[in-house]
Amino acid sequence: MEYVVEAENLRKTFGAFTAVDGITFRARRGECFGILGPNGAGKTSTIRMIYGFSPLSGGSLLVLGEDVTRRRLLRKVKYRIGVCQQDNNLDPELSVLQNLEVYASYFDIAAPKAAERALALLRFIALENRRDTPIPELSGGLMRRLVLARALINEPDLLILDEPTTGLDPQSRHQLWERLEGLRARGISILLTTHYMEEASRLCDRLIIMDHGRILVEGKPQELIREHAGKDIIEVGEPGEELRAFVRDRGLRHDDLGHRILIYCDERDRLYREVSEHYCRDGCILRTATLEDVFLKLTGRELRE
Amino acid sequence: MNLTPGLRISHRYLRVWRRNVQVYRKTWRVSFLPPLLEPLLYILAFGYGLSVLVGDVAWRGEAVPYVAFIAPALLCIAMMYNSFFETTYGSFVRMYYQKTFDAMLATPLFLEDIIAGEIVWGATKAVIATAIMQVILTLFGLIRYPEGLLILPLSFVAGFAFASIGMVFTAVVKHIDLFNLPIFLFVTPMFLFGGTFFPLETLPAWAQIVAWGLPLTHLVELVRAVGFGRLEPSLLWHLMYLAVFSVLFFPLALMKMRKRLIK
Repeated sequence: MEYVVEAENLRKTFGAFTAVDGITFRARRGECFGILGPNGAGKTSTIRMIYGFSPLSGGSLLVLGEDVTRRRLLRKVKYRIGVCQQDNNLDPELSVLQNLEVYASYFDIAAPKAAERALALLRFIALENRRDTPIPELSGGLMRRLVLARALINEPDLLILDEPTTGLDPQSRHQLWERLEGLRARGISILLTTHYMEEASRLCDRLIIMDHGRILVEGKPQELIREHAGKDIIEVGEPGEELRAFVRDRGLRHDDLGHRILIYCDERDRLYREVSEHYCRDGCILRTATLEDVFLKLTGRELRE
Repeated sequence: MNLTPGLRISHRYLRVWRRNVQVYRKTWRVSFLPPLLEPLLYILAFGYGLSVLVGDVAWRGEAVPYVAFIAPALLCIAMMYNSFFETTYGSFVRMYYQKTFDAMLATPLFLEDIIAGEIVWGATKAVIATAIMQVILTLFGLIRYPEGLLILPLSFVAGFAFASIGMVFTAVVKHIDLFNLPIFLFVTPMFLFGGTFFPLETLPAWAQIVAWGLPLTHLVELVRAVGFGRLEPSLLWHLMYLAVFSVLFFPLALMKMRKRLIK
């Protein structure tokens, strides 16, 4: 089995609303595959179909080589995937350790084995001294780590993460990334949705960017940056008319945001010197292009609901 | 994916049931108190306080002491409350606020397993409460044995019916406060008019007809006869009437829950 997820012309509609509009992609075994997009792009709808939460409205979907539209096969697949949902839906009526043990029972893992794995996972997320803590006493970051541990209780072949770091402080986010990098190094396949570009660049081998239920681009983070944003970016604050004329005359690729102009460039130093010497009134910087530039360029800068 | 027909429950519903047992065991000392104290309070207030005014009650042509008359009804009310409240307030909190069902759906459990586990747990709570109360009532000499041993399996049958009805409401209410409606329109009338605290014959004819439509009326009739040691074939009709509620409302609960949660 070369692919852990094979989606073809995958569709999801809710009444008249189309959340996923016929997307086709494949996630390889052993890679971390990212699904990026602004709110409402269809990321969560896609991922919910993959872990069997939502029925498909159309298309075909193989997960771990099995057709998940068939209930018997879906059950088989559900034993082999671990899911980290968007909400912190830990069981507040159980302790930290019990959360893992009870979850293990849903996978038919026998109690002694469940206890053993639960303790090992608590060590992995550095929570072993909080094993008897009630869930409501945990911080957001700790809860998130426990949700991750819970998703690993069945030693899944595929780990599905739906916006794993949304709402976390930077420390907790980096903690979680380190854990995920550790898992990736062990060769576990990961499917990740996020709207943090830093997260995607750091973790994903390949990714798709979605908007309005469709795939805009697919590729490796670095390739996408090179292709859609170039190597570097010159940002100029409060640009004057002279700069706008300069950019137009030279035919430079750029985005005019009114109070700011972004110039995409590959010959960094020469152009930057020219711009900063002649047209820089309110600060200008030269920086490396990032995935965020690609993302904003492709999905636009308007606010989403 | 075809999710409409059939019940499609697997043995995994027991895992959901076990989860609820585990949570219950954490607070069992507190959970044991109501079924332990409630019958004592009722017997004290109604049995001894009110019976001075009431005296004996006519049941099937016999004069029965008022305490003995209401004792089986107290068991039935406990069966109804414990199962109905578990699958309404209890299940709603787990489903809506705690997102426990969502987390379970990301495991090999399917929705049918979850709902069946919840309903069987509701029935189990009816059994637990009945067992505790029955011990107290037995100490007062209000239940005849060996016939009284049948009350426990009956409490499961009744609990299953009321838990299924409760789950249907859970599947359709928008907000937890709306449970006041079925409680006001369905549960409280049964509590008062199900042949619980006075014989149905004292009601006008039309009200008697309405009362016989309520499942609790049949349960009270059944448990009262069993508790008095009066087993007779006609009781099977009352049992069947309760079973019909399970047969109708259990699949309905699954169907409505699918509609609510599978998106």
